[in-house]
Parts: sequence; structure tokens; C-alpha cells
Amino acid sequence: MQFLFLLEQVLNGLVLGGYYLLIALGLSLIFSVGGVVNLAHGAFYALGAYASLEIAQRLGFGAAVALSPLAVALLGIVFERFLLRRFYTADPILPLLLTFGLALVAEQAIRMIWGAAPLPASMPQALKGSVVVGDFLFSRYRLLLLAIVAVILAGIWTLIHKTSFGRVVRAGIQRPDMVAALGIRLQPYMMTIVALGVGMAALAGALFAPIALVHPAMGAEIITVAFVVVVIGGLGSFWGVVLASMLVGVVRGVTIHFAPAAGEASMYILMFLVLMFRPRGLLGERIEKFE
Amino acid sequence: MNTRRRVLKAGAASALALGFPAIVRAQSDKIRIGHLTPLTGFLGALGEYAVKGMRMAVEEINAKGGVMGRPLDVMSEDSVNPATASTKAQRMLDQDKVEFLMGEINSASAKTIMQVAARNKKLFLQIGARSDVLRGADCNRYTFHVDIPVTVMVNAEGQALLRDGLIKGKRIFSLTSDYLFGHDLAKAAKAFVTANGGTVIGDELTPTDTTDFSPLLLKIRQAKPDIVATNLGGNQVTNFVKQYAEFGLPYPVAGFNLNTADAWAAGEGNLSGIWPTVWHHEVDTPGSKAFVAAFRKKHGQPPENHAWIEYVSMHIMARAMSETKTTDNEKLIAYFEKQPEFDLLKPRKGYFRSWDHQLMQEAYTFTVKPKGQAKDKWDFLQFGPAVPRPDQPLELIATTQAQNTCKM
Repeated sequence: MQFLFLLEQVLNGLVLGGYYLLIALGLSLIFSVGGVVNLAHGAFYALGAYASLEIAQRLGFGAAVALSPLAVALLGIVFERFLLRRFYTADPILPLLLTFGLALVAEQAIRMIWGAAPLPASMPQALKGSVVVGDFLFSRYRLLLLAIVAVILAGIWTLIHKTSFGRVVRAGIQRPDMVAALGIRLQPYMMTIVALGVGMAALAGALFAPIALVHPAMGAEIITVAFVVVVIGGLGSFWGVVLASMLVGVVRGVTIHFAPAAGEASMYILMFLVLMFRPRGLLGERIEKFE
Repeated sequence: MNTRRRVLKAGAASALALGFPAIVRAQSDKIRIGHLTPLTGFLGALGEYAVKGMRMAVEEINAKGGVMGRPLDVMSEDSVNPATASTKAQRMLDQDKVEFLMGEINSASAKTIMQVAARNKKLFLQIGARSDVLRGADCNRYTFHVDIPVTVMVNAEGQALLRDGLIKGKRIFSLTSDYLFGHDLAKAAKAFVTANGGTVIGDELTPTDTTDFSPLLLKIRQAKPDIVATNLGGNQVTNFVKQYAEFGLPYPVAGFNLNTADAWAAGEGNLSGIWPTVWHHEVDTPGSKAFVAAFRKKHGQPPENHAWIEYVSMHIMARAMSETKTTDNEKLIAYFEKQPEFDLLKPRKGYFRSWDHQLMQEAYTFTVKPKGQAKDKWDFLQFGPAVPRPDQPLELIATTQAQNTCKM
């Protein structure tokens, strides 16, 4: 019986991992391509959630989940074109400062526009409730969320590994100078990747709004988790991020099963252990320009 | 106000540097008051309401000429955490020369500010923290407590649960916020449940920054309780309520703590159960109605219970200073200890109990209106009757002198 309960927590942890993945993958992609740790990533997540509430009030929940990421992706293009682009080849501390500052500005802007109090958000009644599979309980909404994450994951993987777009991006990650020598401008590719990354963060915001708190500091909360996931997985590694998200979800679930008070600390302990024995992260690749 | 304060501060600093402290004293005929409350973190949303309520009271009082002809100057700051709270409190006393301290929602921060107040022999009107130990083992004669303590919340909530047959013979699983307030609440709740024939079959400590409750929801399902009771605080309650509705577990929820702001944030259709409260914008008195109308006019929404309590607290302090004609803290303490009655905008007046400095007042419970009955997004709570009943003494739901270890 105890074993079954534990297994249930492991499965729930995997679902939770999908929840972290949506944020962490964008963060990792932007880092791989641009060499920038986007600390403003959480702000796009928060904006996605707030935008989805505004849209949901007028057009309903489905439209909100579809449109809010698009709106935020457009904002991401502006962000890339006018700010981030200047910092790809700069000292890494500069984009770090820029995005950190932007995150603070965004949080205060949200506070000014929507207030400090958390905003109410609900999902359609039809999506509430849980599904019992065998002995295991799953939230219906989270299963749907997991399916969406799986589709997006497959899409991103195909884009990066099976298309000519992806070939340029991958070449750009390894040898931007060679790509330039072949007469290919990397900038439109980077802009697309940034738009994709922040769009995914916004989608996560829209999807989590009904089950998490929608408040100004939500971006700051999630960026910490996302960053931990990316570091555990290995900066820049696609499968590393996937693996790390699942691992963090499972470790957190199992810890809460035995010692709830240590639940939030567990992922930091995991990060500490991984970094101690494998500083590059679980599947961290050697990327020439960062060595 | 901010720039004015900065100019004053700069002026004060340069005057001090030049060695003319007398000029500084001559400049300030204002009554300066130090106000600390969490503006960030899991209680930050409540703190924002607290500041709004405080500002309304100050504006009202100053518009009528202040207190003893002197305008009030309240400096509100984010208390952040217990360590920062006490540092800021000490700084306000030393550098900003405030007459006394007010504020707080976080019990752990209130505790450290209370220590600063006692060390400096300065009054601290502790407004919003609810932990029992603050007015129990940790009490001191410089601190007065406005909000209801956890025992009152548990008694008010417990009476409603008893009435609905949700305690006697029932198996109760609880989730507890892992800090001073939660521990205290869990203790009081467990004592009440056990004394009334119920059993607590599980109690899980939950860190205050928990955002995902799904592993705990699975544990609740495994335990198959009759009732789920929450001893959570601030944002935690909202997150829990949303995710409980998401999983759709069948067990009824009863909570020993929920602030109106956290209920509003839960969203329609997510909240259920019976909850205690200290005040609600539907309290039917002329005073409350006028306050609610003024707040609505200014902020476009009804006030939350933290806005109310700060508003009332500032008026209590203003009355105390006017009646004693002084800001001398010792005289103010003596005044409060004579147990004068204060208007709390509730049907019954309240008074500070002289031996533990706790404000005696009515509490209430609320449930959730059936779907479709809410007039707007602030209106889905069904406000319940006052506890204790009008014919019962206010002390009925408070800790007795035998239970309370407070020694001044």
C-alpha cells in the first residue's frame, strides 16, 4: 500500500515536471541561442497570466489560452529587437543586469496596473475534477496540461532537429562566426527563438492562472524554479531540461510525501548535489563559445 | 508625502551634521508614527489593504485638524521579514523619532517588533497578527493587540462546525502553515477538536512559499478524512482552495483562517466551506457603511478586513491621544488599561483587556453564496451572525486567565 502511495506521488511529480518544463525550456533555448540568461522570463510568464485573465473576461477561457501567448510573443519580439539584441556579444553581466532590471520594472508595472492583491481566476467547470486510473488519482486539468506540454515539446524538438530553420539555429549555437561566413544572418532566427521562448512562458502563465496565484510576484517565484531546473539539466541542453523538470517534480513530490516541511527546499538540495558532482549539469553540452 | 518626508529627513540629517539638533525639534510639530506591515511576500496583498485603510484614517483625522492641533505623519514601510521588521522598528524610533509603533500582520515579525518596543519602552499597537503566544507567553506591557487571536478564530469557527455536526466523532485532516502563526493555530484547533469529540488524523506542515499543493492533496485522499481543515495563512489559502477545487476531492473543507482578500482571489466556484472573520464589508452599522462607501469611492472596491482594522486602529490611537492630551507612551498605556470602550464600526463596542492587552470584540463566520447569487466579484461570501451572540459576554470566546500564560 505504502509503495502504491509513493508511486502515485512519483506520477504526480512527473505531471508537475511538465508544469516546470514549459517555463524552463524557453529559458534554456534563449540561453543556447543568444548566450543570455533571461531573468525577465518570469515577467513574461506573469504577463501571460494577467493577459489571459483580461482576455478570458471578454472572450472566454479557450481564447485566453490561445491569444495571450501570441500577444506576449509579440512583446517578446519588441524586447528582442530593441533590447536583447544589443547584448548577445556583450559581457554576460550586462544582459543579466538588463533582464533583472526589466523583471523588476515589469513586476511594479503589473502592481500599478492590476494592484498588489491576487486576481481571481477560474477554469471552466468541465475541466475540474480528477480522473482515477487504476489506483491513481490525476487532476483532469493537469493531464490536459501535460498533453499540451507534450505536443509543444514534440513541436520544438522537430523544429530544432528536423528543419532547415533548426539547422541554422544549431549551427549558430556552435559557431556563429561560420554561419556568418556562409552569408546567413542569425538575427531573424534569434528573434524567432526569443518569441517562441517567451510565448511558451506566457502560455504557462495562462494555463497555470486557474490553479496558481495570479499576483505581481508570480514571475519572480517561477524564475527561481525555472533557473534551478535549467541548471540541474545543464545550460543549453534540450533533453537535460526535460529530464531535470521531471526530476525536480518527482523529488519534490516524494519529499512532501515523507516530510512536507522540506518540500520547497528539496529542489535546491537536488541542485546542490548535482552541481557538486557534475558542475555542467546532468546533460550539459560543451558549447564552444562558452568554454 | 514621500518627498516631504525625504526633504525632512535630509534636512534633519544636515542639521544634525551641523550640530543644531534644536532646529530639528522646532521644525516638527507633527505627530510622527512608525507603521510597519508586510508589503511583499505571501502576506503582501493584505498589507496593501492595510496601508490603504491607515491612509484613509490619517487623511480623515488630518482634515479635521489632526490630534491636539498637530497633524499625524505616518511612515508606512514594508516589514519584509522578522529580522528586517525589528531593524526598521529600531531605526524608526532612533532616527525618525516616531512617537510609537503600529502595524504588522505577520506574527513572527510582530514578535520581534514587540521586543523592540519593550526594550525601548515604547508603545506598539499590534494590529493584524493573530498568534496566541503574542498575547500569551510573549506578551509585554508596551504592546496592545487589535486583531482577534487564533483562539477566538478557532472558537468562532468551531462553534459553527459543532452546530453543523462537523466535529463530534469526525476524523479531521489538517494542513498547517509552517511558521509561528500556523503552529499556534494548529495547536488551538487541535485542542478544540479533541475537546469536542473529534480526532485529528493528520496534520501536515506546509512552507509559506508553497505554490503547488498536489502532493498534499494526494495525501489527503489517502487518509480519507471526514473533513479537511486548513490552518494556512495568506496566499497559501488561495492556492490551496484553487487546487482543491481543481482536484475536486469530495471531503468538506473547513478553515480556521481566511482573509477576505484571499477569498476574493480564489475566484468564483472554487471556494467552499465555513470560515471565520473579524469584520466584513457587510457589517450592518452606520459606521461600517460610511467607511465602506468612502473606501469604495476612493478605490473602486469594498475594503478588506485589513483595511478596516488599520482604519479603526488609527482612530483608536487618535482618540487615546486626544483624551489623554499627550503622546506620552506611559500615559497612553495607563489610559488603555482603564478599559475604555472604542467604536469598532461593529454593533458592539470593544475594549482592551487590561491584563493581556487584547482587544475584546465580536467575531463572525461566513460561508459561500450559492452559485449565481453574487452581485459582483466581491460579493460571493455569505456573511454570518456575530459570535458571541449579543446577549453573551465578549470574553466568552477569548482565552481565560487560566489558559493564558501572559505575565506583564
